[in-house]
Amino acid sequence: MARTGPKNRAVRSLVWLGVILAVMTAVLAGGVVAGQASWAPKLALDLEGGTQMILAPKVEGGSGINEEQLNQAVAIIRQRVDGSGVAEAEISTQSGRNVVVSLPGTPSKETRALIQASADMNFRPVLQAGPGAVVPPESRTPEDQLPKPAAEPTNSSDDNWITAEVYKKFEALDCDNPSQDKQERSDPAKPLVTCEPASANSPAIKYILGPVEVKGSNISGSSFQLQRGAQGAVTNEWAVNIQFDDEGTSKFKQVTERLYQFYVSGGGQSGSNPKAQFAIVLDDQVISAPRSLAVITDGRPQITGGFTEQSAKALSDQLRFGALPISFEIQSEQQISATLGGEQLRMGMLAGLIGLLLVVIYSLFQYRALGFVTVASLLVAGALTYLAIAILGWTENYRLSLAGVAGLIVAIGQTADSFIVYFERIRDELREGRGLVSAVDNGWKRAKRTILASKAVNLLAAVVLYFVAVGNVRGFAFTLGLTAIADLIVVFLFTHPTLQLLARTKFFAEGHRFSGLDPKQLGAVPLYRGAGRVRAPEDKPTVAVRAKNTGASAEAERRMTIAERRLAERQDQLAGSSKSASKEGK
Amino acid sequence: MANFSTFGNELYTGKRSYDFVGKKKIWFLIAAAAVALSILIPVAKGGFNLGIEFRGGSEFTVSSVKNTDPALGEQAVQDVVPGSIPRVANVAGNTMRIQTDKLTDDETLRIKDGLTSAYGVTDNEVTSAFVGPTWGADVTKQALLGLVTFVVLAAFLMALYFRTWKMSLSAIVGMLVTMFITAGVYGLSDFEVTPSAIIGFLTVLSYSLYDTVVVFDKIRENTADLQASTRRTFAEEVNLAVNQTLVRSINTMMVAILPVGAILFIGAGLLGAGTLRDLSLALFVGILVGTAATIFIAAPLYAWLRQGEPDMVKQAKRVVQRRAEAAAKNASAATPATA
Repeated sequence: MARTGPKNRAVRSLVWLGVILAVMTAVLAGGVVAGQASWAPKLALDLEGGTQMILAPKVEGGSGINEEQLNQAVAIIRQRVDGSGVAEAEISTQSGRNVVVSLPGTPSKETRALIQASADMNFRPVLQAGPGAVVPPESRTPEDQLPKPAAEPTNSSDDNWITAEVYKKFEALDCDNPSQDKQERSDPAKPLVTCEPASANSPAIKYILGPVEVKGSNISGSSFQLQRGAQGAVTNEWAVNIQFDDEGTSKFKQVTERLYQFYVSGGGQSGSNPKAQFAIVLDDQVISAPRSLAVITDGRPQITGGFTEQSAKALSDQLRFGALPISFEIQSEQQISATLGGEQLRMGMLAGLIGLLLVVIYSLFQYRALGFVTVASLLVAGALTYLAIAILGWTENYRLSLAGVAGLIVAIGQTADSFIVYFERIRDELREGRGLVSAVDNGWKRAKRTILASKAVNLLAAVVLYFVAVGNVRGFAFTLGLTAIADLIVVFLFTHPTLQLLARTKFFAEGHRFSGLDPKQLGAVPLYRGAGRVRAPEDKPTVAVRAKNTGASAEAERRMTIAERRLAERQDQLAGSSKSASKEGK
Repeated sequence: MANFSTFGNELYTGKRSYDFVGKKKIWFLIAAAAVALSILIPVAKGGFNLGIEFRGGSEFTVSSVKNTDPALGEQAVQDVVPGSIPRVANVAGNTMRIQTDKLTDDETLRIKDGLTSAYGVTDNEVTSAFVGPTWGADVTKQALLGLVTFVVLAAFLMALYFRTWKMSLSAIVGMLVTMFITAGVYGLSDFEVTPSAIIGFLTVLSYSLYDTVVVFDKIRENTADLQASTRRTFAEEVNLAVNQTLVRSINTMMVAILPVGAILFIGAGLLGAGTLRDLSLALFVGILVGTAATIFIAAPLYAWLRQGEPDMVKQAKRVVQRRAEAAAKNASAATPATA
């Protein structure tokens, strides 16, 4: 039954809106049932309080920390905290020594680990690789067959690094059940025996790695993207890009020159010489060990193979956040109370309610019954925003600060503007003399463009600030974007369909005095009044076109609308005929 | 006001018309003066009153006080550090916040004792901390970078949508005027500049451009096939568009400002210093100025930028010529028609 027509389309839009609301409610309900989400939005630090951690930064090899490094430390932590969601954390320095991080709620284990992450990242060439399981004692290599270095190693890929001691450690290492006890940081000038923990699509692997060749501090940036094929078309493979600084570029070039030899001699693509691999090591654990398929001279290697979007992002984040020479130690961790009393939030809510009430009164006053459409639209927008905030609080750790609450209240104005633009367009169309149904459709066509163009500005602001800015500004951008999207959904799926349906009701179609769309009040003069009657000259609108003097005539002419111009043309004809008549009379 | 729809009708038909475009010199002069004042006043006052979030310092919090007289706190600090200008604020009813520049440990202890006796509270109701800026240079840098990127992209987007860079330029000039005046009024209020105020400014920035795009879209529509018409000159069409969207501008401004006004009243009137007051002041001023800047600055500026184009000049000539003809015709027709 494929009935089309504005009425059915309108009903369908409303059904879609219902589906969106129902799905969002179901998602949130699922989260609540699973015990991970809550019906109420999460609150930010200023309203809920949270956890304050005092971190002592430690510079690698160095003793004290200078101001510049401290500021860098703050920037690092901010990046890490922002990277884990949109909770507005407060980060500042304390007494010129420590970094104070205040996070809303109780930070998760992951967040804490991320903040603390000692960020000792480096690149080491692989000397030997093997399955992650521990080699059973009975099948281990006998003492006399253990490797004995014949000479001093000449480069980091030299097998002479593998001493008997190193090899024994390698065999005894159990990567399937890694031990949790924290070990001493490895010596960057010595080989390292370590694991690559099992991941979703690969089992644990253990490695003997050569000394550090490139330090993490030589990474200047990293990103992830869908890989491009030979023709430049985007493939389905995710890739992680690394960008080295000058020092890193030249060092990495040397490494890949050497590793590429192993790749070629090992049989290229089909070969499996582990020595063609370089390992990215974070905190003495291998996070990835790609093979070197080419000599990288520009310091921009790309890592590909078996990434999902998530794993590519994770590696990219690790590279970026890990590439820092500073580590942090949590000195104290304590609960802090909300900086703003509940009173501020209550007053804020009260202000919001009063504001909303004023908006309702003003809309009803301005748009009569149409004002109810505004109010209903605002309620739908409010429901959408509320659900979105609650869901994002669960998935993205989005939290409402008092500034965020105020931002939402302010969004009432911008959301209502979409309706105002639309209603005014409909009124304009009515003034031109259209019937209500076609006025709604025509007004919508014009209003749609305006609404889309103006919301694009808001969305642009939200997207740019979200990706570029940090801290509070990022939280603001998120709220701005959220409300703009909710607004668009409501205008397209609620306000317009509702008006399409209302335009077909008797109350609105007949232009009831209180409908807000009364053509008489809007000064509209129908072009055609049915039964062959067209507008007669005495029906001319209140804008009288008096031809007393030239100045007034020009002034009136200048301000004519389509409706008036037609009228004026008719009058011109009348005037012309009376002129000729008077001539004849003379 | 039942007459508001009549007002809208008259604006729409042109019976009532405000000359926004023609009197542009007056508006531009007023705007220039307001911007100049907005720059001079904060400079004369010695810069903006930046909050501890930007500067860092020492902060004492005294809770459960009975007497909220800021002078008590000021005196307590000045007894220990003569000549210092502590900033004492009453926060959320019965809590005092005292902020000072950096202090030594000894001074901190003595001020703490002083505050305890001055406000008549117990030892553990006075807490002190030395804090660095939470809104450090890195936040400012990133925010500015984001802002510049946004403005450039928005200018590009508008130029693309409206098919003329002159609209982008006018919109951005209008936005800058809004920003300067909002910042100036904020500086004049002596309110502390806090992150909330900055968030308010950013909202105003996006609101200002948003508002301009709505009005410009009507201008674009009215002037779309101007070359084929001799009804109005370009400047007149722009003025008509602004008049036709005037009801919308007023309604939108009212709807946007009512909630903000409620927050400002409650924030400043009942709660004193804080997030709500700072944010809503910036917004209140910004929305008023932003709406006005679109009407009085951006639209006339756009008309002025375009009306000198050769096509527009030619079209304006045709309009004048046609009017002269029509006037002559009407004059000759007038006498017998009224007889």
